[in-house]
Amino acid sequence: MSLQEWFTLLEGLQLELHESSLTGFYHLARATLVKTEADFDKFDLAFVEFFKGIKAYDELPEEFLEWLSTPIDGSYFDQEAFAGDAKLDMEELRRKFEERLKEQNERHDGGNYWVGTGGTSPFGNSGYHPGGIRVGGAGISQSALKIAGERNYRDFREDNVLEDRQFQMAFRSLRQFSSNEDGPIDELKLDETIDKTCKNAGKLKLVFGRPRRNAVKLLVLFDSGGSMWRYAKLCSSLFQAASKSNHFKDLKTYYFHNCFYNRLYTTPYCTDVESVETDWVLQNLKSDYRVIVVGDASMDPYELLKPGGCLYYYHYNDDNRYNKEPGIEWVRRFSKRYKKMIWINPVDPSKWESGHGSTTIKKIKEEVPMYHLSVDGLQAGLKSLIAAR
Amino acid sequence: MKEFCGSRGYVASDDLLRSVNIAIALQKPLLIRGEPGTGKTMLAEAVAETLGMELIVWNIKSTTKAQDGLYVYDTVQRLYDSQFGNESVDQIAKYIKFGKLGTAFKKEKQVVLLIDEIDKADLEFPNDLLWELDKMEFYIPETEETVKAKVRPVVIITSNAEKELPDAFLRRCIFHYINFPDQEMMENIVRVHFEDLDHNLLRQALKTFYSIRDLRGLQKRPSTSELIDWIQALQIGGIAPQRIAEEMPFVGVLLKKDEDFAVLSRGENAKRVG
Repeated sequence: MSLQEWFTLLEGLQLELHESSLTGFYHLARATLVKTEADFDKFDLAFVEFFKGIKAYDELPEEFLEWLSTPIDGSYFDQEAFAGDAKLDMEELRRKFEERLKEQNERHDGGNYWVGTGGTSPFGNSGYHPGGIRVGGAGISQSALKIAGERNYRDFREDNVLEDRQFQMAFRSLRQFSSNEDGPIDELKLDETIDKTCKNAGKLKLVFGRPRRNAVKLLVLFDSGGSMWRYAKLCSSLFQAASKSNHFKDLKTYYFHNCFYNRLYTTPYCTDVESVETDWVLQNLKSDYRVIVVGDASMDPYELLKPGGCLYYYHYNDDNRYNKEPGIEWVRRFSKRYKKMIWINPVDPSKWESGHGSTTIKKIKEEVPMYHLSVDGLQAGLKSLIAAR
Repeated sequence: MKEFCGSRGYVASDDLLRSVNIAIALQKPLLIRGEPGTGKTMLAEAVAETLGMELIVWNIKSTTKAQDGLYVYDTVQRLYDSQFGNESVDQIAKYIKFGKLGTAFKKEKQVVLLIDEIDKADLEFPNDLLWELDKMEFYIPETEETVKAKVRPVVIITSNAEKELPDAFLRRCIFHYINFPDQEMMENIVRVHFEDLDHNLLRQALKTFYSIRDLRGLQKRPSTSELIDWIQALQIGGIAPQRIAEEMPFVGVLLKKDEDFAVLSRGENAKRVG
């Protein structure tokens, strides 16, 4: 948020665009201050936090300015509920919240007061409800806090776990980096040429420029099977989004199991028939490829650090498949060859330091920058892929 | 001051009305974002109609440049005239052709200017318009003329969020996100388009429509305009309401991709098994 936007809000207040109501203020503030639906949810949270526990005067402009200068009582939000396992807790939080809201409607339909159900609950305070539901009143007079409280925009939060659409959006963010900085100056700029020629009194003057195209080449490596199954839906969404983003100059996809060893597979089923030698990939894909590895990086340390680690899963005694070098060596080879390489991990970052698979996650994290598989994570990752070489 | 309060052909949510009126009062561009088919473009038409103003539409394409909206100096015509024309070419102003933004500035009365799908254009495009939208004026070096808006037009900008818009641009806008309408709202919207629609048919069609939209894994979810086409097809085809959910006639109007048909039939089978 900038000073400019703040002034816009103040200007709006001066023009009484908030109609001296909290609902009006909610809309005015949101429209002037928040510029992406991804942040609506944060705005809602902040709004609820700020205005909880206030007497529900329907119209009272003086109170307004006072509210604005009232310091936030920060004792209330239960941070832990949010810091915890995101998805489940959110659902539960919401459910409880709605229950509480319902309760309050019933109890205070006639009254005009805030409902304070005591300090310990993270929800109780937020049930703002001016004069109950307006009986026969004009229009949909949902109170601002109720709207905010419903948190309709939660799905747009960028740090939520991704949905298909959001994945696509994330990949689209790569497009904004499509630049005309590299590439030869070999495209005749017709308009400029005509312009210059005319200004040159009709003597032909040619203008050349760089063609605009996305020069990004992408290599995506998916972990398939095993512990990744639970993320299958998520990964397939990511894959869909990546393959649908047709603005890459080249997109190569390979699969591996747990970690990459001698061979990479061309299908998610990881069969030998459909595989290529990892060395072949390393030799044939130039170092200007951007590499995205998608995997949970959670495995037995043995599988990552010891020669023959891959056999653990296949029980073959086959020279072709025995990996003489440990998996981590292959990871190093990739990160050495491809300077722009990231590892996208569906495992929640809070479990990267301890918990199942954290040993190998930490090892791999030392070699390749790791990001969480969420819109924010993916965006941060993609940004680092594109950043100045 | 006039207020926008929806129009006959357009059903606007309460939120949206507020945002429109805030933008008009603060004289700032209103940036509308939302899923395709939520009526972003139609909003401008409705605003213009309600406020009794002329609507100027500037459709943005991937090749559109900011300059196109201001004016174009037709040098080729001038060159041509200088060689083959009969009149003198001293008057450069003759070869200045105003773009949509320029036209809007030139109008005597207040107009509604719709900049449609601004995200289609180049990334720098919105930045190139900052000054012009802020001050509502621009300078033509060729004729040393400053074009200033006589009355600030009501500017409505739509975006499909294909690209991120620059911060500097966002700072100057009022932002509104159009949610996909819920079933109740959708009923109102459909009613605006059809005068005599069988209530039962509408109910069934909407139910089916939302169940299709909720299917996971659809590549392209059907939107409002497709629903309206579909209902029209159902009406013309004289389909009995109770057949809609079961047979899903003319479903090709809603779904446009082979993969989506597969998703639909899989979903159907799952329902039957379940």
